[in-house]
Amino acid sequence: MDFDLSEEQRLLKDSVDGLLKTSYDFEQRKKYAEEKGGWSKSVWNKLAEQGLLGLPFSEDDGGFGAGAVETMIVMEALGKALVLEPYLATVVIGGGFLRRGGSAAQKAAYIPSIIDGSKTLAFAQLEKNSRYDLADVTTTAKKRGDGWVIDGEKFVVLNGETADTFIVTARTKGGQRDHTGIGVFLVPANAKGISIKGYPTQDGLHAADVTFSNVEVGADAAIDNPENALPLIEQVVDDARIALCAEAIGAMDESLKATVEYLKTRTQFGVAIGTFQVLQHRASDMFVALEQARSMAMFATMAQDFDDAKERATAVAAAKVQVGKSLRFVGQQAIQLHGGVGMTMEFKIGHYFKRLSMIENTFGDSDYHLKRVSDAGGLIN
Amino acid sequence: MDLSLSKDELAFRDEVRTFFKDNVPETMKQKLREGRHTSKQDLVDWTRILHKKGWAVAHWPKEHGGTGWTPVQQYIFNEELQLAPAQPPLPFGVNMVGPVIYTFGNDAQKAYYLPRIASMEDWWCQGFSEPGSGSDLASLKTTAKKKGDTYIVNGQKTWTTLAQHADWIFCLVRTDPTAKKQSGISFLLIDMKSRGITVRPIVTIDGGREVNEVFFDDVEVPAANLVGEENKGWDYAKFLLGNERTNIARVGMSKERIRRIKELASSVQSGGKPIIEDQKFREKLAMVEIELKALELTQMRVVADESKHGKGKPNPASSILKIKGSDIQQATTELLMDVIGPFAAPFAADEPGSNEISDWTTQIAPGYFNYRKVSIYGGSNEIQRNIIAKAVLGL
Ligand SMILES: Cc1cc2nc3c(=O)[nH]c(=O)nc-3n(C[C@H](O)[C@H](O)[C@H](O)COP(=O)(O)OP(=O)(O)OC[C@H]3O[C@@H](n4cnc5c(N)ncnc54)[C@H](O)[C@@H]3O)c2cc1C
Repeated sequence: MDFDLSEEQRLLKDSVDGLLKTSYDFEQRKKYAEEKGGWSKSVWNKLAEQGLLGLPFSEDDGGFGAGAVETMIVMEALGKALVLEPYLATVVIGGGFLRRGGSAAQKAAYIPSIIDGSKTLAFAQLEKNSRYDLADVTTTAKKRGDGWVIDGEKFVVLNGETADTFIVTARTKGGQRDHTGIGVFLVPANAKGISIKGYPTQDGLHAADVTFSNVEVGADAAIDNPENALPLIEQVVDDARIALCAEAIGAMDESLKATVEYLKTRTQFGVAIGTFQVLQHRASDMFVALEQARSMAMFATMAQDFDDAKERATAVAAAKVQVGKSLRFVGQQAIQLHGGVGMTMEFKIGHYFKRLSMIENTFGDSDYHLKRVSDAGGLIN
Repeated sequence: MDLSLSKDELAFRDEVRTFFKDNVPETMKQKLREGRHTSKQDLVDWTRILHKKGWAVAHWPKEHGGTGWTPVQQYIFNEELQLAPAQPPLPFGVNMVGPVIYTFGNDAQKAYYLPRIASMEDWWCQGFSEPGSGSDLASLKTTAKKKGDTYIVNGQKTWTTLAQHADWIFCLVRTDPTAKKQSGISFLLIDMKSRGITVRPIVTIDGGREVNEVFFDDVEVPAANLVGEENKGWDYAKFLLGNERTNIARVGMSKERIRRIKELASSVQSGGKPIIEDQKFREKLAMVEIELKALELTQMRVVADESKHGKGKPNPASSILKIKGSDIQQATTELLMDVIGPFAAPFAADEPGSNEISDWTTQIAPGYFNYRKVSIYGGSNEIQRNIIAKAVLGL
C-alpha cells in the first residue's frame, strides 16, 4: 500500500502549483474572468506549453499516457486556484470521449488541437427534465443519407459559449429513458441550425443553453456505437466526477487554510478569534471532513481503472457522496468563521464556497449518489 | 395549558389574513416568493398601505401610533405577514430606532421622528458595526467630539444594510475616549445628507447590493440629535438588540418557503416523476417541518410568557429563536438547491421576465449563498450559544 506520489508525480504537482502560483492569484483571476467566454487564452496556452492539456492521451496520440492520479493532481491544483479555464470540459470529458471511444480518424482530427491548446470542447448532455439521469435523453439523432440529423435542446453546457466542438448525447432509437439507443456525436459549434445562449454561472464559469434544430453531421460524427453509447457516457461522466472530487479537495483545502489564517489574524474581544475553543473545534471538524473527503477522492481515482464497470460506478458514487457532505460543511463553515467578510465578493473565501456548491450539483448530488450506492447494496459485503 | 388560539384571537387572525390577501401588492408577493430583492419603492408603498390601516408600527405604544395589541395578537400579525408573503416594515426604523426614541428620547425627538418612521417618510439604517468591531461591538472606534452645540463625527461604519436608500443613520459613537469600553459610548442620530458622509457599496457573494461601508469625515451633527444621556449609548444599544425577540425566528417566512419548496418539488422531474414523490426527499423536508413546528411552539411559549409577565428584560430564550430560526432558514435554502439540481448554475441578474424557463430558478443559488448571513448577523450563532451558556446555564 502506498499513498505517496511517485517522483514524477511530485514533479508534475510542483510544476502545476508553480504555474498557478505565479499566474493565478485572486486579482489575476478577476481579470481572466473578464475575457471572452470568461477564461484566459494565455493561461490556456501556458497549460498547453507545460503539457497539461495532453496528459491523459496516449503517446501514440501525441499525449503523455498519464493515468488517473495525474489528472487528480492537476484537478486538485485547479481547485485550489479556482481556475476558470475549461480543463474539465475539454481535456477530461471531451478528451475522455475521444481517447476511450473515438476512432483513429476522430482521434487524429481532434486530439492534437486539444493538446496544443488551439481548440476546446463542450459536453452537451443535460436536458430540461433529465436531471442527473444520463439515460434520460430526448434529443434525437436520425439517420439521413450517410449522416445524422440532430434535434433537441441542451442546457447548462459548460464552456458551451466558447467551445469549437460540442459532444452531444442524442437518442437514435427507443424511448426517453431507455438505456439503449443513445449515441454521442461530435458537432462543430458553427454548424448550421445551432443556436447558443451563453451566460455566466454562479461560480464565475460560463455555460450555455444550446438548441440543435435540423443540424446535419456526417457518418463520422458518431463516437463509438451510435445505438449503444451509454456505457461510454457513464464511464466518461465517472471520469468527470472523479475530477470534480479532486477539484473539490483543492477548493476545500484552500478554504480551510484561508479560514485558519483568518482565525489567527482576526481579533475580537482583544484576542485572536482562533483562541475561542468553539472555533478551534469547528476548524478541526473542517479538517476531519476534508481528510475524509480526500480519502474517498483517492478511492475514486483508483476506481477509474476497475475492470468491473458497476464496481467503478459505485465507488465513484460513494466518493461523490462523501465529498458532497464534506464540501457543504467546509464551505458553509468557512463563511461562518469569516463573519461578515465571508459574505463579500471582495474576499476569496466566498468564491470557494460558490464553486464547491456548484460541484455538488454537477453530475449528481449527494442524495442521487447515495441512492446509487444503496441500490448497489452498499460498499461492504 | 392550552395551545389553541381563543375565539377572539382566531377572529383577529382572519381579519389580518383578509387584509393581507386584499392589500399586499402582487409584485411584492411575487418577488418574495421567488426570493428576489424588493425595491425601495416596493417597501415604501407597502409600508404606506399598512400605515393607512394603522398597522405600520403595530407593536408601539398607543400614544405613539401603535395598536395596543397583546403579544399574541402581535405574534399572529407577524406570522400572517410573513405567510402572505409580505415584507415586514423596515426594521431599522420600526423595530430598532423607533423604540429607542420613544423610550429614551426627549419630547422634541419623539414628536419629530416617530411619525416620520411610521409613515416611511424617513428610511433609517443601522450604524453599529465597524471593520474592527463586529461581535465585539463595544470596541468601536468612531468618535464624536463635542464642539459648542454640535458633535464632530469621524470614523467608519460597515455592513450598513441598505444605507444607499437611507435618509438617516443611528450610530453608536465614542464620546469619551478615556472611559472603559462600554461606558464612553453615545447614541447619535445622523442625517445621511450631512457633509462628510460617503457611502461605498459592498457587493455580497450572491451579487446583490444590500450592505455598505459608511465613512464619516468631520461630519457635523447637532447636539440635539443625541438620544438620552451622553455616554449611556451602550444601555440603549442593549435595549435595542434585545428588542427583536419574536421577529428573528421568522417562522412564517420559513413556512412560506416550505410551501414554495413543495410547489417546486411537485413540478421538477426526476426520472419522469416529480421530486416530491421521492421518499428520501420527502423525509428530509418533513424533518425540517418538524424542527420548524418545534420552533413555532418555543416561540409561542416566549410570547405567552411575555403576555403574562410583560416585556421585562430580554429573555435569553430569544437566543434559541435566533439559532434555530437561522438554521431552519438555511435548511430551506439547501432544500431548494436540492430541488433545482443542475439548474442551480445559471447566473442571471435579479430581474424577472428575462427568461421564462429559467426565471423561477435563477434566485435559488443566490438565496442559498445570501442566507449564510442569517447565522452571522444580529449576534452570530456562536455568540448566541455563549449567551445561553452564560445567562441560562450559568457556565
Ligand atoms: C448581510 C449583513 C448585514 C448586516 N447589516 C448590518 C447593519 O445594518 N448594521 C450593522 O451595524 N451591522 C450589520 N451587520 C454586521 C453584523 O452584525 C456583524 O457581521 C456581526 O456582528 C459579526 O461581526 P463580524 O462580521 O465582524 O465577525 P466577527 O465578530 O469577526 O466574527 C468572526 C467569527 O468569529 C466568531 N466569534 C466572534 N467572537 C466570538 C466569541 N467570543 N466566541 C465564539 N466565537 C466568536 C463569530 O461567531 C464568527 O464566526 C450585517 C452583517 C451582514 C453579514
